[in-house]
Amino acid sequence: MSKIEINTFSDLVSKGITPEILFWVGCAGSFDDRAKKITKSFANILNQANVSFAVLGSEEGCTGDPAKRAGNEFLFQMQALTNIEVLNGYNIKKIVTTCPHCFNTLKNEYPELGGNYDVMHHTQFIKSLLSEGRLTVQGGAFKGKRITFHDPCYLGRANKIYEAPRKVLEKLDVELSEMKSCKQKGLCCGAGGAQMFKDAEKGNMEINIKRTEEALETKPDIIAAGCPFCNTMLSDGIKNKKKEEDIKVLDIAELINQASNS
Amino acid sequence: MFYLIPNIIFTVLVITALYIFSNNVKKIYRNINLGIRIDRNDNKKVRLIQMLRIAFGQSKMIDKPIVGILHIVVYVGFLVINIELLEIIVDGVLGTHRVFAPYLGSFYNFLIGFFEIFALLVIISVVIFWIRRNLINIKRFLSAEMKGWPKNDGNIILYVEIILMFLFLTMNGADLWIQQNAPELNYIKAGSFPVSQFMTPLFDGLSSNVVFLIERISWWLHIIGILCFLNYLYYSKHLHILLAFPNTYFANIEAKGKFSNLKSVTNEVKMMLDPSADPFAASSNQEIAKFGASDVFDLNKIQLLNAYTCTECGRCTSECPANLTGKKLSPRKIMMDTRDRLEIVGKNLDKNNGEFISDGKELLNDHITKEELWACTSCNACVEACPIGIDPLSIIMDMRRYLVMEKSDAPMELNNMMSNIENNGAPWPFNQMDKLNWKNEL
Repeated sequence: MSKIEINTFSDLVSKGITPEILFWVGCAGSFDDRAKKITKSFANILNQANVSFAVLGSEEGCTGDPAKRAGNEFLFQMQALTNIEVLNGYNIKKIVTTCPHCFNTLKNEYPELGGNYDVMHHTQFIKSLLSEGRLTVQGGAFKGKRITFHDPCYLGRANKIYEAPRKVLEKLDVELSEMKSCKQKGLCCGAGGAQMFKDAEKGNMEINIKRTEEALETKPDIIAAGCPFCNTMLSDGIKNKKKEEDIKVLDIAELINQASNS
Repeated sequence: MFYLIPNIIFTVLVITALYIFSNNVKKIYRNINLGIRIDRNDNKKVRLIQMLRIAFGQSKMIDKPIVGILHIVVYVGFLVINIELLEIIVDGVLGTHRVFAPYLGSFYNFLIGFFEIFALLVIISVVIFWIRRNLINIKRFLSAEMKGWPKNDGNIILYVEIILMFLFLTMNGADLWIQQNAPELNYIKAGSFPVSQFMTPLFDGLSSNVVFLIERISWWLHIIGILCFLNYLYYSKHLHILLAFPNTYFANIEAKGKFSNLKSVTNEVKMMLDPSADPFAASSNQEIAKFGASDVFDLNKIQLLNAYTCTECGRCTSECPANLTGKKLSPRKIMMDTRDRLEIVGKNLDKNNGEFISDGKELLNDHITKEELWACTSCNACVEACPIGIDPLSIIMDMRRYLVMEKSDAPMELNNMMSNIENNGAPWPFNQMDKLNWKNEL
């Protein structure tokens, strides 16, 4: 695979180039080892589809989502207004992100603060690349595999996006099997609302274990996710069940990237 | 003159019941208005459609098909039998009997028959509801917050509904017997009685005066029962039969993931980020706002309306990931606690001539604990599950805001996360300058 060039907006703007989209990488996608693989896969997809894109790099700050869900509206708005200044400074129109939390915040909570962008989740963007024929995949490696898709709360219930990730999976000729609670009724992985960053309250079970058990009931080869936090929670769940040898937890970007390389 | 006594008693009863009811409605209205103003008068058409679909059309009830359909039966029964109520009231005031019958002719017969069939269906549904609540171990009816009054309240409603339907059918059955067997009483021959016709053999052997008494007593107890039930609503979860309509009208119509941005914070943050801003200009002419909510006064009017509307069905709690894994959080309890506190505040106002004298208590800690608030994953499952558009999550978030912004009282790990964001622009302790390091791994 040839090395992909990742440009920042400031690089391109200084060369007089206006990229088609901003790839908002997010904190998990930038720093978390597991999530970085998703980032790289998506960058690869963008490259394959000849999408002109750029990132913000060190100019990208946390959207403020975990701060807001934890109740710290001050910190959230500090982050939001700082980010909006950067985004508006580059006159950015279209943002694609691999994190549903960033997606939700940018799409729904930034406009009131002066940040109006066309924001897409990467599963929506991949779907449009596929339907426009800019990207092609071969079922190959995943043909006939049993896959169950875990709806991220901030993509599904929060923004009613249930079909895009499923439509993308259909292109892989996989056998899509739904968990007993899916789509509107999808069970949370346990990470939302800033829970990712703290221990759970006292209970009789961890939420990610419960969700993993629901996923295992579908007897999947692969659990597909669309959120770096869900990915971590479900991967932990699979390890807890000692199934990591048999079952992979993969982001839709990773699945598509593998299929489009084959 | 004596022959007018029943009419007078009846009229006084109805007026008294309506008077008490209107007082209760005023109290509910006053209590809801203790909340903060929130603009939900936009998009009237969308809101109207939402109300018609969810409240009138019961669209979300059928998420659970069996109980959903049974509930629709009781609901439609309630609506259609209210048409009969109109005739009962006219009869009561004027001293007439089946006053609509001569005007409606065969359509009247159809209506009465229709009501009877629904009365029977309601009885069947209510019996199934009672069995579900009391004999089958359905988890959402057994939660801690359902012990005591909430459980009794649920059962009382079912008993009253059964009694009212039986009185209605007995009244009709006795009426039919009189129409057939006691011409001297001059009962108009009207109505069709597909259900209560099977009750007439019970009256055989009784004198026509006794059956007349049974008919009259059933008629009176039926209407008195309805008037009592009307005034029971104020004390009961059953208020949803009225409030579901405004509640679904005013419910959030935007994306569930969009949480409100606090305007008071925006002003302060803008000032902090703008070095040229005059720090005294903005703050001098406006009251310092309290951030978040620790009591019902800090919640908005819709959240308080939500609390009165909640019918404690527990669909929210049975979808809540925290509750499903044994945590203390139950979204239903958040709503019940909010209503309990609001009612305590309301009584305080009644006692002190409309002024609230602090009782040293709050919604936070005295009703809702921090442990419950911090267990929420903000996944919106509770909001999605509510069949009448209640939003427990917004209350949880407002109370978290109070804890964090007014009390600096967040779990330690969250404080670490927040200081990381503040210092590094990420929730983890990584340097923002390294944010693009991943590209070197490609």
